[in-house]
Amino acid sequence: MGAYALPDASGHYGPYGGRFVAETLVPALEELEHAYQEAQRDPEFRAELHSELRQFVGRPNPLYHAGRVSKELGGAQIYLKREDLNHTGAHKINNAVGQALLARRMGKKRVIAETGAGQHGVATATVATRYGMECLVYMGEEDIRRQSSNVFRMRLLGAQVAAVRSGTRTLKDALNEALRDWVTNVENTFYVIGTVAGPHPYPAMVRDFHRVIGDEARAQCLELTGRLPDCLIACVGGGSNAIGLFYPFIDDKAVRMIGVEAGGLGLSTGQHAAPLTTGRPGVLHGNRTYLMEDEDGQILPTHSISAGLDYPGVGPEHAYLKDAGRAEYVAATDEEALAAFHRLCRTEGIIPALETAHALAHAFRLAPTMRSDQTIIVNLSGRGDKDIHTVAALEGIHL
Amino acid sequence: MSRLAGLFAQLQDAGRAALIPFMTAGDPSLTVTVPLMHALVAAGADAIELGMPFSDPMADGPSIQRASERALARGVKLRMVLEWVREFRMTNSHTPIILMGYLNPVEAMGITPFAEAAATAGVDGVILVDLTPEEGRGEAGVLQQHGIDPIFLLAPTSGPERAATVRSMGSGFVYYVSLRGITGATQADWAEVLQRVQDLRQQLGLPVAIGFGIRDAATVAQVAAGADAVVVGSALVDQLAECTTDQEAIAAATRFIEPLVQAVRTTERSGV
Repeated sequence: MGAYALPDASGHYGPYGGRFVAETLVPALEELEHAYQEAQRDPEFRAELHSELRQFVGRPNPLYHAGRVSKELGGAQIYLKREDLNHTGAHKINNAVGQALLARRMGKKRVIAETGAGQHGVATATVATRYGMECLVYMGEEDIRRQSSNVFRMRLLGAQVAAVRSGTRTLKDALNEALRDWVTNVENTFYVIGTVAGPHPYPAMVRDFHRVIGDEARAQCLELTGRLPDCLIACVGGGSNAIGLFYPFIDDKAVRMIGVEAGGLGLSTGQHAAPLTTGRPGVLHGNRTYLMEDEDGQILPTHSISAGLDYPGVGPEHAYLKDAGRAEYVAATDEEALAAFHRLCRTEGIIPALETAHALAHAFRLAPTMRSDQTIIVNLSGRGDKDIHTVAALEGIHL
Repeated sequence: MSRLAGLFAQLQDAGRAALIPFMTAGDPSLTVTVPLMHALVAAGADAIELGMPFSDPMADGPSIQRASERALARGVKLRMVLEWVREFRMTNSHTPIILMGYLNPVEAMGITPFAEAAATAGVDGVILVDLTPEEGRGEAGVLQQHGIDPIFLLAPTSGPERAATVRSMGSGFVYYVSLRGITGATQADWAEVLQRVQDLRQQLGLPVAIGFGIRDAATVAQVAAGADAVVVGSALVDQLAECTTDQEAIAAATRFIEPLVQAVRTTERSGV
């Protein structure tokens, strides 16, 4: 087998991916694909993106050896890729900067976005302000309640936040609503999708903007340990931070890649958001991928303590990597994520996002089964300041 | 000749456009769906578009979204929709029925079992909003093998090469989305739409139906002058949403559709 080179020309990863949208959007997606290909070839675009990632986002961020928690667990050495130290506090800004620069290049004056936990909304609001564009963020009413501080941040940054009251009032419905807006305003609007899902070219484009995570981590790991890591672990909702870390390692077959989905109240309860672990292939939001659906093809409500993982689908490249056996996908429950959240706070002095805590939960399970000369890289995809109200409320504390 | 081809041939002779109302299967009640279809035909509908409810109808506006949600809450399943068509066919063998929905429920059943069941039930055409011709080659072929027309959409944003793709794959008719937007929106420039549709009818060699944003008799008359069919959806769904009994729904649908039927029957097509 040659080097990994997906998606194919029509945006497919094996049977997954593709472009399943209303006809009105097809020409817009073709225009976007064309503009993106041109931008990728343009040294000026690449130089500006690189400069923005350094000067505005604060890259490169460290690969940090979490020595205390590694020692406590008594197994593999855990390294944290510190995406939480980026401007706006999560990996999401990498992609938001890239897409906003592309929007500007395409002459679009208005950007829209969907958001779950609010991290992508904040990142999009941030770059829209920075590049002088109007910004509207769609957010499920339920998520607005759970993530009020991020809603306020978006408004401080000059974005409008539209509450979505249809369906389950979470991320998937925000995505539906953003697609409806885009269909209506396609001439002047750029839709900044926040994850590696959606119609082609979004999954590939968002991955490319996030691969900087894996590129940096690979070089940093070689520098710090003299060899490649044994294992990569990242949480998977739509899967953008995971694919960003995994992608540059896909051809390094000895490196295990593990995505951790939201196990919610437990996989057996049905109250979770783990389509790769429990779902089956279907078509939603413009691409074919694993979905949580009932036997009649209706999308099921999801549950996760973390709004950012509360999504019934997943990026099509993860679906492919699962079937190809190149990546493994497991789940961590709300309870396991919370325990990992507290453990990292108390051992390393880092408050992780609840999304990220799912990846940590699995790393903490796996590390003790490995040798102390082995290495795990966990993508510390976001910081947990946004989640302190949720965690406090679970402990009966009102902030 | 298929029912759809027969209908369009007959209307070509009559020199008028078809009126195609859209209703969501299972809304406003489970029991009213088949009687409502018959009532629409009795009031003068030339064909019926029957919505297959989906949990995430991303191309639909609030009216049809809510109708879908209500229908799903009542337990509507794709097999029930097909069963309703079969029941309708027991006493109506001439009115074309077009199913409209999204790919995932169809894929969950499997395209071949779906096509078999739909053909047996008496379905004439299928519109899957999120299935583009590029992705839908396999599905379109299976539908056609079962005598069902795969109906594709074209939009104001579609260029000539997309029309060519649709021409090579679609049959029955082509659904022209009259505006950049979702179902139920209202801001089409009808003169521009009709000009575009004239061009498309020549290029495609297929009848062209116009839908999205058509809410009243005046608009129906305007659109009917240049189209092979006029689709009215959200406005009817809105009327039905307020009905609390089946009788009320049938009366409301009849009352709503009568002036629209008048409009298509009294509008002569120009430039056709």
